[in-house]
Amino acid sequence: MLRFFLYRLALVIPTFIGVSIVAFAFIRLLPGDPILLLAGERGITPERYEQLQAVYGFDRPVIVQYLDYVAGILQGDLGTSLVTKRPVLQEFFTLFPATLELALCAIILAVVIGIPAGVFAAVKRGSWFDQSIMGVALTGYSMPIFWWGLLLIIFFSGFLGWTPVSGRISLLFFFEPVTGFMLIDSLLSGQAGAFKSAVSHLILPTIVLATIPLAVIARQTRSAMLEVLGEDYVRTAKSKGLAPKRIIGLHALRNALIPVVTTIGLQVGVLMTGAILTETIFSWPGIGKWMIDSVGKRDYAVVQGGLLLIASVIMIVNLAVDVLYGFINPRIRR
Amino acid sequence: MTHIEAQKTEIDGQQGRPVSAWAMRRAMLSEFWYYFSQNKGAVIGLVVFSIIVFLAVFAPIIAPHSPSLQNRQALILPPAWMDGGSWSYPLGTDAVGRDIFSRLIFGARFSLFIGVVVVALSVSVGVFVGLIAGFFRGWIDTAIMRVMDVILAFPSLLLALVLVAILGPGLTNAMIAIALILQPHFVRLTRAAVLSEREREYVISARVAGAGKLRLMFVTILPNCLAPLIVQGTLAFSNAILDAAALGFLGVGAQPPTPEWGTMLAEAREFILRAWWVVTFPGLAILTTVLAINLMGDGLRDALDPKLKQS
Repeated sequence: MLRFFLYRLALVIPTFIGVSIVAFAFIRLLPGDPILLLAGERGITPERYEQLQAVYGFDRPVIVQYLDYVAGILQGDLGTSLVTKRPVLQEFFTLFPATLELALCAIILAVVIGIPAGVFAAVKRGSWFDQSIMGVALTGYSMPIFWWGLLLIIFFSGFLGWTPVSGRISLLFFFEPVTGFMLIDSLLSGQAGAFKSAVSHLILPTIVLATIPLAVIARQTRSAMLEVLGEDYVRTAKSKGLAPKRIIGLHALRNALIPVVTTIGLQVGVLMTGAILTETIFSWPGIGKWMIDSVGKRDYAVVQGGLLLIASVIMIVNLAVDVLYGFINPRIRR
Repeated sequence: MTHIEAQKTEIDGQQGRPVSAWAMRRAMLSEFWYYFSQNKGAVIGLVVFSIIVFLAVFAPIIAPHSPSLQNRQALILPPAWMDGGSWSYPLGTDAVGRDIFSRLIFGARFSLFIGVVVVALSVSVGVFVGLIAGFFRGWIDTAIMRVMDVILAFPSLLLALVLVAILGPGLTNAMIAIALILQPHFVRLTRAAVLSEREREYVISARVAGAGKLRLMFVTILPNCLAPLIVQGTLAFSNAILDAAALGFLGVGAQPPTPEWGTMLAEAREFILRAWWVVTFPGLAILTTVLAINLMGDGLRDALDPKLKQS
């Protein structure tokens, strides 16, 4: 098992180097001189230009600059935001819990609905139930989620007035973040109504972000289940006279879930793409909105750092899923 | 006797006589259509998609107004069936008095164009690179696949967004960016298919007969790897439309006043609580198109994947 883990880890290293090269190259690929870009509209004196070149190291060979950059990353230095002047890493960790909270709620919703829906669709294969579930799933999979979010706002916020339009919690409540998770912090604060407000802000973004993973998980569960239900051991269990519930729950589902675990892990990248759109629509103060705003404000130091950090999160989760997969399915450990 | 069995006897019945390439192709095509039409959803998808293509091609004839014509007398007019609506603007007008229905019809041109260009770019580059990786193996293969891993390590929309920041906003650059983020899937698929084909007997016999490397790659192996590529191609087509609309929505894709559906949504955002139709219809157009293509994709998979045919 340890050897399997180390092997997988070794595979991640070249990808990480590649990701760091992409992030490093980003500022240098932008059209125009990076220093002039950093200086913005005000322009810059030639002396200050020289000075800044030395500060950023642009006067040295590219290889040296890259190695310097990597050395910085390894020490946790990802540069400073050009707008807020705060370290990029610090900004990331302030905003990341908001995205994590949203993404976790979304994936939980997707799993809790998607797996049972897929299982029932497979068991009742060909029925109207199966067909309507798969129809809904394909619609969800085809959904432009930014539009879906706007529709939900029109209906639930505009028409019914049930949920707020944006943010994480009502402005009436204020407390210091402890965990960064609004659901937990609002409970810890002890303020009456804070938790309810946090939940009402979270519902619509969660639904929007969960839509595509939910559709993918339901479809994947159904096809994995169909495959397993045709296996010999399921027929044996049936002929032994086991109750259908027991066959599906104990024999079939456990084996069908193995590929589904991988699918759930692969949704992390989908969730990050979704977070960019969802957070923009609901003004959710997470890293998706942070990245969009930084691109808009030309805060390239943040874009560079954010690219690296987000790709790293995805790689770490994928590695974890790979290892978990090896753990629950010993056949692939070799 | 099923349709297919009937066909088999038809072909087998001519034992001894060589079956002409044309008859063979016709039999394959009708077999394909048989399986494709078994999937009702796929047929519905095909019909809807054909209608969208028709609308896009004949947009100037069908659309009642010019997509950019502004009518100051008809700002934010509701759809025809609501109070205050008018049948000369069936789906209402937007904030500057342009006919939404006409803009949607012209928007279909952009979405289909985006789909075609992106798929053509990503398929041609992806298949070529994948063929090279799978055929030559060794360090070329390793290098190519690591580069693809790097591209896949980023969330696709974020990478497209950053690429557009480098290239500058606009529809052309958005299409290039989307093609780049979609092509690793083609590289992986082609490589996997080539790896499973290259040791087959027909490839070895072609090699022994003296076929050159290019001929082996493109004429011998590639046609036998097409099925998964076609299915992936339809998926890429719908993804390209969705991603381009998302970039348009974020303000870095097609620029206003282009009647691209995502850009229309971005312009309509501030009116969501006042005029639902400005927001609803462009999104519905995206959803309908993408859903139709995905339905067809499911049907293609059923028809082309021999493993699924048995079940």
